[in-house]
Amino acid sequence: MSVPAIELRGLEKSFGLAKIIQGVDLKIDKGERHAIIGPNGAGKSTLFNLITGKYAPTAGSVHLHGQDVSGKKPFEINRMGLSRSFQITNIFHNMTVFENVRCGLLWSMGYKYSFWHMVNGQRHLTEKADEILEQINLTSRRNVVAGALAYAEQRALEIGITIAGGADIIMLDEPCAGMSHSETDLIVDLIRKVTEGKTLVVVEHDMGVIFDLADRISVLVYGEIIESDTPENVRASKAVQEAYLGTTLEDAG
Amino acid sequence: MSTPATTPLTAGTRRLIPLNHALPWIIAAVCLFILPYVFDSRSALTIMNQMAITIVFALSYNMLLGQGGMLSFGHAVYMGLGGFFCMHLLNWVEAGLWLPLPLLPVFGGLFGLFFAFLIGSFSTRRAGTVFAMISLGVGELVAACSVIIVIFFGGEEGISGDRTMGPEVLGWDFGPQEQVYYLTALWLLIAALGMFLYSRTPIGRVANAVRDNEERAEFLGYSQRHVRWMSFMASGFFAGIAGALFAINFEILTEENLNLTTSGSILLVTFLGGVGFFVGPIIGAIVFTLLQTVLSLYTEIWALYLGILFVATVMFFPGGLAGLLAMHVLPWKLGKIGHLVVPYAKMLIPALAFVLSAAAVLEILFHKRHAGLGDHEMNLYGITFDSHGAMPLITVLAIAAVSLFAIVKLAPGLKAAWDDATHMGGHHG
Ligand SMILES: Nc1ncnc2c1ncn2[C@@H]1O[C@H](COP(=O)(O)OP(=O)(O)O)[C@@H](O)[C@H]1O
Ligand SMILES: [Mg+2]
Repeated sequence: MSVPAIELRGLEKSFGLAKIIQGVDLKIDKGERHAIIGPNGAGKSTLFNLITGKYAPTAGSVHLHGQDVSGKKPFEINRMGLSRSFQITNIFHNMTVFENVRCGLLWSMGYKYSFWHMVNGQRHLTEKADEILEQINLTSRRNVVAGALAYAEQRALEIGITIAGGADIIMLDEPCAGMSHSETDLIVDLIRKVTEGKTLVVVEHDMGVIFDLADRISVLVYGEIIESDTPENVRASKAVQEAYLGTTLEDAG
Repeated sequence: MSTPATTPLTAGTRRLIPLNHALPWIIAAVCLFILPYVFDSRSALTIMNQMAITIVFALSYNMLLGQGGMLSFGHAVYMGLGGFFCMHLLNWVEAGLWLPLPLLPVFGGLFGLFFAFLIGSFSTRRAGTVFAMISLGVGELVAACSVIIVIFFGGEEGISGDRTMGPEVLGWDFGPQEQVYYLTALWLLIAALGMFLYSRTPIGRVANAVRDNEERAEFLGYSQRHVRWMSFMASGFFAGIAGALFAINFEILTEENLNLTTSGSILLVTFLGGVGFFVGPIIGAIVFTLLQTVLSLYTEIWALYLGILFVATVMFFPGGLAGLLAMHVLPWKLGKIGHLVVPYAKMLIPALAFVLSAAAVLEILFHKRHAGLGDHEMNLYGITFDSHGAMPLITVLAIAAVSLFAIVKLAPGLKAAWDDATHMGGHHG
């Protein structure tokens, strides 16, 4: 068996006395589409922050492609091919849509800290950024300041920035939060399109979206994974139903 | 996208330097070239040199404040240290070292860069208040050192030298003020262009990204600390160039060049001009230098007026002078700039009256307290009067009050005219 894209071993995180993540073990294979569900405050975003380097674990470890990355900084983890989006839109509000996407491209396209290239003169860079704008359907908003976009457009841009660098692990934290049904459908299509062939980890509340996207689902309750299985098995699981899902699953089914 | 005219999708395929980009620089170069023919007095040359140095310094400061979002209270350190090193270099040239004067700013820049590298290694770890506090501490520290380490900083008298001892360049020995002007102007162009181009490089763009949202930048592969450090070093480099130009112009550097007062005033200059625009610090430096030289000819309390101007800018025009100009782009584009002329002219009269009378109040009070014993005679705006009498003070206070009243009365009209000029559609009211 190949090395998992993400592996969590005995991962724990406490804030002061509050133990938010209490011993999570999880393997996510390369190319897998993995959803994390669970009630509000279960620790899903915290888990994201631990994997992506925003927080250092209190105990346990995070491995990317077999390499221990616990305690590494977000930029180091990003350079290893992991990119994430945020539950609360996190874009460059004062820059244009185009520039936002371009910022997501600079490091991965090898410009790094260069002060000897003129960004506007880089054809590849501009073409690539425009390609991504096309993918996320924001071409018509190219030169608009990101802060002036509608909410749904900002969420699309958030995804655009996330996938721009071509990371092979994409983590999306509630990409459809606060969206209408039709907007959600568009975003789900978009997610499926842009994460083709990649490892996807997604937190979402909308069960329809989850069953649509995921190969496997982990259920996080009070900082513990109580079930990690295929959508069908998770749906059937007694433990999950008792702990969290109740009747909502049947509704979504 | 159906409107290609408004979307420069071809941005990436443009030629390296399109003419409309080069034009402002060509105009600037031509202006710099002919200015000494227009203003040919010695003092005018000195003021223009002073301006050029302040522009380079302010632009370098804005690489931190405007581009990088780093508020520094100690930027004079890099200009000052660059200048001191150049002063020593000049003295070594006098002792036989071969170095043509026009190359001195390169070394000034490298010294500034070196110290920004050292100090930035710890000061740029955090942004915000921590960075500001460290910059203040380092500024205080270096200023204190400059008094203690006499062998390098020359103590109270500072370090002086002679710029004319190097090899001649094209027959110039840089003794005459005019030759120094052209050297300074050339370096102004080089430095300004360098800083402008820097802002369009990947690191320059990412500096903006880190300024706006450091967390997001980290998740895109950029270490916010390294980005800030690089901005800091680049800024130190150009500040060092300003220091070298200062050394060339004035042939002396003292503690004043790196103390907190100088650091504070460059913050003022930059903010006055506007941190959000590349030209902001340029406008700020020109206006500030002019005000400083002109005001200090006429009044002892010029620093007070500059302080008031600064406070007023921060409170009413946070975009600075450049922001104020930029506000008028919209009425211009709507073809309504003309609608503003009359309201502006109406406002100008009471505004001018208010500024002059308020200044008169300050001047009279100052004269009362500080003129020599028995010296009651005062001259203001060409009028001679007794500064200790009640009448002059009452008069100017009355004028100030009346003009303030007029300003308040005219304000709604101006506001309406402004709203009309910034909105599409027909005439207002
Ligand atoms: N930085 C933090 N400091 C203290 N408590 C935190 C922090 N981040 C999250 N928490 C707490 O951890 C719990 C889980 O939060 P979160 O991971 O955002 O949950 P979810 O994303 O599953 O809704 C919440 O009770 C929250 O208050
Ligand atoms: Mg969350």
